[in-house]
Amino acid sequence: MSQFVFLYRNGEKMSPETMQLQMGKWVAWLKALGEKGLLVSAGQPLERSGRLVSGAKRTVTDGLFTEAKDVIGGYSLVEARDLDHAVELSMGCPIYDVGGGVEIRPTLSM
Amino acid sequence: MTSTTLEPHFFRHESVRLVAALARVFGVQGLALAEDVAQEALARALEVWKVEGPPANPSGWLFATAKRLAIDALRRDRTARTYAPALARWLESEWTRSAELDAAFAPGALADDELRMMFTVCHPRLGEDAQVALVLQLCCGFSVPEIAAAFFASPAAIEKRLTRAKKTLAETRSLFELREADVVARLPSVHSAIYLLFNEGYHGASPESAVRDDLCGEALRLVSVLAEQPHAARPRTHALAALLFLHAARLPARVSPEGRLRSLFEQDRARWDAALVARGLAFLERSAEGEVVSEYHLEAAIAAQHATATSRAGTPWRAIVTLYDALYAMRPSPVVALSRAVAIAEVDGPARGLAELRAIEGRERLASYPFYEAALGELSLRAGEGDAARGHFERAASLARSDMELAFFRARVAACGRTGDDDGCAEPSQAARTIETSPVRTGRSRTLRSS
Repeated sequence: MSQFVFLYRNGEKMSPETMQLQMGKWVAWLKALGEKGLLVSAGQPLERSGRLVSGAKRTVTDGLFTEAKDVIGGYSLVEARDLDHAVELSMGCPIYDVGGGVEIRPTLSM
Repeated sequence: MTSTTLEPHFFRHESVRLVAALARVFGVQGLALAEDVAQEALARALEVWKVEGPPANPSGWLFATAKRLAIDALRRDRTARTYAPALARWLESEWTRSAELDAAFAPGALADDELRMMFTVCHPRLGEDAQVALVLQLCCGFSVPEIAAAFFASPAAIEKRLTRAKKTLAETRSLFELREADVVARLPSVHSAIYLLFNEGYHGASPESAVRDDLCGEALRLVSVLAEQPHAARPRTHALAALLFLHAARLPARVSPEGRLRSLFEQDRARWDAALVARGLAFLERSAEGEVVSEYHLEAAIAAQHATATSRAGTPWRAIVTLYDALYAMRPSPVVALSRAVAIAEVDGPARGLAELRAIEGRERLASYPFYEAALGELSLRAGEGDAARGHFERAASLARSDMELAFFRARVAACGRTGDDDGCAEPSQAARTIETSPVRTGRSRTLRSS
């Protein structure tokens, strides 16, 4: 088994009803992964604002990603046999229902 | 993870409460900002709760978050400039600001906040369509696509309507204040908006849509809140509440378990909601305090006759005709005349009913309303004119506004082929459906309103 990072990319703006529906689905989906022993960490939601520091000059830029679709809103750490298995596990993620996506990145094992 | 479970529509109802509280902070010019902040608070809740589950006091969590976000928004210079007139008082001093913010977010303030919003958006400078759209968005928490689905309109058209309406509101410079004289003056507009909201849910063009059921529930919630407000708790408010509760009581029976539309006569009366009937009757009793008899009183009285009758035969049709006479005198609309004609047919037979239907003044305005043709069909069928009945039902089917209506009219067309069949298949179910339909105007037939 290897570990994979699921990076959740935000979808469209949701209505309150949709949010409530999403919440129930997320809780159920994460619970199911956990019960199969495949959820290493449910992760943490990320603020949509922050700072970007880059380059040799350490340039600091304001990052305010409000309302931006595709911005990474959170992550989880999942255990799977291989990339295909990880992809399969992501299929039940509720984020797809609202136009979002999951970026699946294998962690490099030494 | 906690095991807190949320009430149905928790997010939507909280969004209403948040926007109402935030509107006090940002003013009527800052409604869009209030909505953005509320949306952000809810989005954060979703992000955190989807991993951890909701906290023990989800509402408190949301309001604390919204308050923090509101302070952030106030601190942003851009915001202060844009909303400067409304915000000046918040920015004077840190201390005042937080005290006033606390007041805006105090639990006791919330019922008043919601009412203030309801009265604010029912501004006389706005048309009824604009008022109802704003009620749906700001007092019910529906999104633009959801409102568009309810109105059978495009999201872009709804967005435009809402934007224009909010611009008009912003020009009025201030939120409504719940002073007695002002409340009484604006009450009819608020009644009318709630009534139309209920109609959209009850008779809307797509009864399959889940949003539609919620519209009726929202209308009941808003009218209940209204009936609790000392200045608004008047006979006309109680009559409206009675009318809506009595109609809502029959909702569970309107669609059969197989998904078929059911006429009043076909409905399983055991499936009517007895608790809602009881509340409706209690409101009706309260509406009798005072000397006013409004159209809502009459409509509620008709609904009460239906709700308490145990069968079609046991329905006091003569009394219902008398009530329709009074209602027509007050509101001479073709839709009221249609219901009246159908009730007359129950008392004096189908021939009389048909004559009444054909003599309705302004019946050309019913041309796109399928239940006028359907009523003609039912009464023709009962009068033994099978061929004429078939033609009417076919026209009704061509006017159907949803698959469910279409299936219903097609079944009636089929029933015309079985004339002489005496097992009750050709019962005048559609006429009954019209009776049930008409006391409350349909969404489309709002254009038929004579008042």
